[in-house]
Amino acid sequence: MEQLLQHLVNGLVLGGTYALLGIGLTLIFGLMNVVNFAHGEFYTLGAYAAFAALGWAGVDFFTAVLAAIAAGAALGWLCEVTLLRPLRSESIDTTMLVMIGVWIAMQNGELLVWGGVAKSIPHPFPTAPLVLGPVAIAPLRLFVLLIAAGLIAASWLLIQKTKLGRAMRATFQDRDTAALMGVGIGRIHAATFAFGSALAAAAGALLGPVFLAYPSMGDLASLKAFSVVILGGLGNLPGATLGGLLLGVAEELGAGYISSGYRDAVGFVIIILVLLFRPAGLFARQERIA
Amino acid sequence: MVKRSIVLVALVLAALVVVTLPAQSQAPIKIGVIEPLSGPVAASGSYIRMGAEIARDWINAKGGISGRKVDLLIEDNKSDPKEAASAAEKLIVRDKVPAIMGAWGSSMTLAAMPKLEEYGVPMVVETSSAASITKRGNPWIFRISPPSEMEALGLEQYVDKLGIKRVDFLAVNTDWGRGSITAFGDMLKKKGAAVGVAEFMDQAATDMNAQITKIKATGGDTLFLTTAVEQITLVMKQAQEQRLGRKIVTTGGSSSPTQLIKQAGAAAEGSYHIVFFMPWFPEAMPDGRLAKAFVDEWAKRGHPFEGLTEGFRGHDGIATIAEAIRVAGKDEPAAIRDALWKVSLMGVNGPIKFAKDGPAGKESGQSKPSIFIVQIRDGKVALPDFLAKK
Repeated sequence: MEQLLQHLVNGLVLGGTYALLGIGLTLIFGLMNVVNFAHGEFYTLGAYAAFAALGWAGVDFFTAVLAAIAAGAALGWLCEVTLLRPLRSESIDTTMLVMIGVWIAMQNGELLVWGGVAKSIPHPFPTAPLVLGPVAIAPLRLFVLLIAAGLIAASWLLIQKTKLGRAMRATFQDRDTAALMGVGIGRIHAATFAFGSALAAAAGALLGPVFLAYPSMGDLASLKAFSVVILGGLGNLPGATLGGLLLGVAEELGAGYISSGYRDAVGFVIIILVLLFRPAGLFARQERIA
Repeated sequence: MVKRSIVLVALVLAALVVVTLPAQSQAPIKIGVIEPLSGPVAASGSYIRMGAEIARDWINAKGGISGRKVDLLIEDNKSDPKEAASAAEKLIVRDKVPAIMGAWGSSMTLAAMPKLEEYGVPMVVETSSAASITKRGNPWIFRISPPSEMEALGLEQYVDKLGIKRVDFLAVNTDWGRGSITAFGDMLKKKGAAVGVAEFMDQAATDMNAQITKIKATGGDTLFLTTAVEQITLVMKQAQEQRLGRKIVTTGGSSSPTQLIKQAGAAAEGSYHIVFFMPWFPEAMPDGRLAKAFVDEWAKRGHPFEGLTEGFRGHDGIATIAEAIRVAGKDEPAAIRDALWKVSLMGVNGPIKFAKDGPAGKESGQSKPSIFIVQIRDGKVALPDFLAKK
């Protein structure tokens, strides 16, 4: 029983990080219809940006996270304007290939700049765990979970309640009509991609200190983000959140009670089942893409 | 007229032969290297590359092999077995290397091995620990790193002193990790220790909390941990977060205790590490002078100290191949293979000499390297209490 509680806490903490990875991707993939293979690289970028801000600029941890978010948004915006904008009327396959190119270029760029040796990102939290009865949780991980929840809520509010969010949804439902209603299409595309990339960078800056920063860290992140988006349904923020938590808990229980050798298999079996029985995602009410 | 032109052609040909012969004997000797230079274990591969480059430069500074310089052709296997096989193919077919050193991970080495047999090119294995590498009957394989069984036997004498009564295992889900659990499990059972659970983690996994929670429930006293330094760091940090409270022993020699002290901090305190080079006390190595020279050269080049426990493998591997080429007197694959059976040299780790291993008639070469155990104590690397001189 004690073990089960600890497994559930571990699963929630892990799921929270998956959700954080998933929401950025679900915006770009779901709303913009861009299969963003470079999502994990923006995650890596966030981790290294935080590392650089802490080490070179000597700022504190929280400023470093903000710097990482800004770096992610800036590069995301640049990426949209220079690479995706000229291809807006091309098929989803074309942009997917471009994003695979961005993925490879960014990962090798990181290897070039930072080298292959993993970097440990310092953080101000105590390493001794918080002990609540039978379960233990590291203060840093609790902080990450809370920030993740905050970012997810803020993103949802932005999409659902603000004028910008409404313009985003309108643009991706029917670009021509939205343009006729006076929505600046170019600006909305760039803003959405920058926003999604900033969320990935935030995840990297927050999770970098939990794990380690190294050039290929984004591969695993991308894999999990795509899983979460498929589980939750394209463009569905609450879906991505619940999908992330579900994936985290499922992997944790699978590793704990079935076999740790098949940990990732547990997650993918669930995805296969979801695709078989609810192809639009577990939590989808309707197709989000026009 | 016809006769004169024949004579002329013959003269020109003779002149060509005279001109090209010395040129060819001056052409550098190529040695192929396959290491993970990107991907999850990139750090280890990069350190081995640095060590290999030191060996190359030392050999060339002494005039090369029979007056010919050594040239390393280095391929990245991206920590991926598929890439290791294609790197071997590229080095052999396109670059025509007569010998290879590689390929760090057991799964990567095993994937490259059929290519060696197909084209008949010897490979010196510098890191891989899976027993199957020298048991498969591939006569082109010469291993200077210890297989897990040999490592386990090396640890056997210390089991009682370490107070190991109940062990659990956590290993990377590869040929190396799985082989290590079998080898150490057998040895520990023989010594009367109880074996609890054996847990696995994917090579790229970063969150091992599930495995740690499960291990915590067994109530053992020791955790054997087999993976590369990046994952060891994460496991140690997460074990501390979950108050695992175990004696941790790492196997495989890729733990880089100095890097652990830097990155895992207090979480690494008290842990034991099986290593094949002790750069903290080079004078305690079988050839103290060579070990000291290697540590000094490493520092002079500005390489990070924590890389030394991997870097020496690169030196020893290239030194072994160079010695075989010298003994063979030519840089042809079959001649180098035959010469590898005859070499006897001193590496940074200690004496290197190959004995036969595997099915009769198709044996692989296996050297018997030196094995050491160190402990992280008070934020420093030290000999364990029971080994330290009083």
